[in-house]
Amino acid sequence: MPEVKVRKRVILVEEVFHEGGPAASVPLRRAAALAVIHNPFAGKYVQEISGFMEDLNPLGLDMAKALVAALGGDAKVVEGYGKGAIIGQAGELEHGALWHVPGGYAMREILGNAKAIVASSKKVGGPGTRLDVPITHINASYVRSHFDAMEVGIPDAPKADEMLLALVMTTGSRIHARVGGLKASEIKGEDGLR
Amino acid sequence: MKANIRKIVTFLEETRTEMGKPVDPPTRRAAAVAVIENPFAGRYVEDLTELMEIGEELGSLLTERAVAALGIPGANAESYGKAAAVGENGELEHAAAILHPKLGTPVRKTLGKGAALIPSSKKRGGPGVPLDIPLGHKDAAFVRSHFDGMEIRVNDAPRDNEILVAIAVTDSGRPLPRIGGLNKTQIKGEDGLR
Repeated sequence: MPEVKVRKRVILVEEVFHEGGPAASVPLRRAAALAVIHNPFAGKYVQEISGFMEDLNPLGLDMAKALVAALGGDAKVVEGYGKGAIIGQAGELEHGALWHVPGGYAMREILGNAKAIVASSKKVGGPGTRLDVPITHINASYVRSHFDAMEVGIPDAPKADEMLLALVMTTGSRIHARVGGLKASEIKGEDGLR
Repeated sequence: MKANIRKIVTFLEETRTEMGKPVDPPTRRAAAVAVIENPFAGRYVEDLTELMEIGEELGSLLTERAVAALGIPGANAESYGKAAAVGENGELEHAAAILHPKLGTPVRKTLGKGAALIPSSKKRGGPGVPLDIPLGHKDAAFVRSHFDGMEIRVNDAPRDNEILVAIAVTDSGRPLPRIGGLNKTQIKGEDGLR
């Protein structure tokens, strides 16, 4: 399969102290790693694309490592994750789906034993398109306090023949989480759900 | 801290290729952004001293964050810029009070020098409004390869009673600059212009 050509990388880190309520003793941090790569399948219909997933593994690992570094270097602080892709207009939504396996693999590899499915979103769009990357707890999808999303985007990407790939990690719940449901302290962590 | 900070966001962008041509070493720029409460939202206040003092605090905090994101000593920074977006219950003059009287001194202290004017922009807007931070060489404003701008936005800020304050720092100019003019090796760096 073709080589992965990276044009640009972006790291975005948010540190949230409060949202009008009491300031948290430990601020919530949310980080996104973005990579803008050439879409080798742009402009034509290609039947056999799945081999590219394996080619994306090293980039995914690199992005997941960069995220942990941006959050202070200790993978143990990571409690939530998500992934997403924006495909330039000469590509298909299906090209974004190539990110599911390598993106998920990379974060599990770096986080150890993360059990929950990695929530994801994807779309086709032009430069500056914004993507809301969904976030859930890394070990139990039903943890209500950790349902979140992070908006990402890059003004000059993706160009028509590019894809923007995103990974997101967070260090905790929404800053003033208080709508009940399963708590992080209650999870069994066996089936990835509860 | 005088400022009531709701969140701090940092952006790190690295460009590795342009039009398929490698950018080596990659150009890198960082922005650090604070979302703060506007103490004067919703009313006319004559004396803006409090915002000027907040500007001084943020000049130091945000420059340190941006330099840390780049992972370089402050003295290795090449260009800089600043900008603010005021929520709808504030005045453009509030942005001016933060940016202009006192913010520059701690920026320059963190970066070692900074003979040149810090280019700036400001606007009033709602949550998610894009802010284009102008960039210029920190010691000689006429260095043509370093005229640039960095777009940032924070999807949930500024709320109506908030101000978004941004400082951008780079370790490089544009990718593949080739329009002539003064270049960085020719700088005298005395008058801030050349």
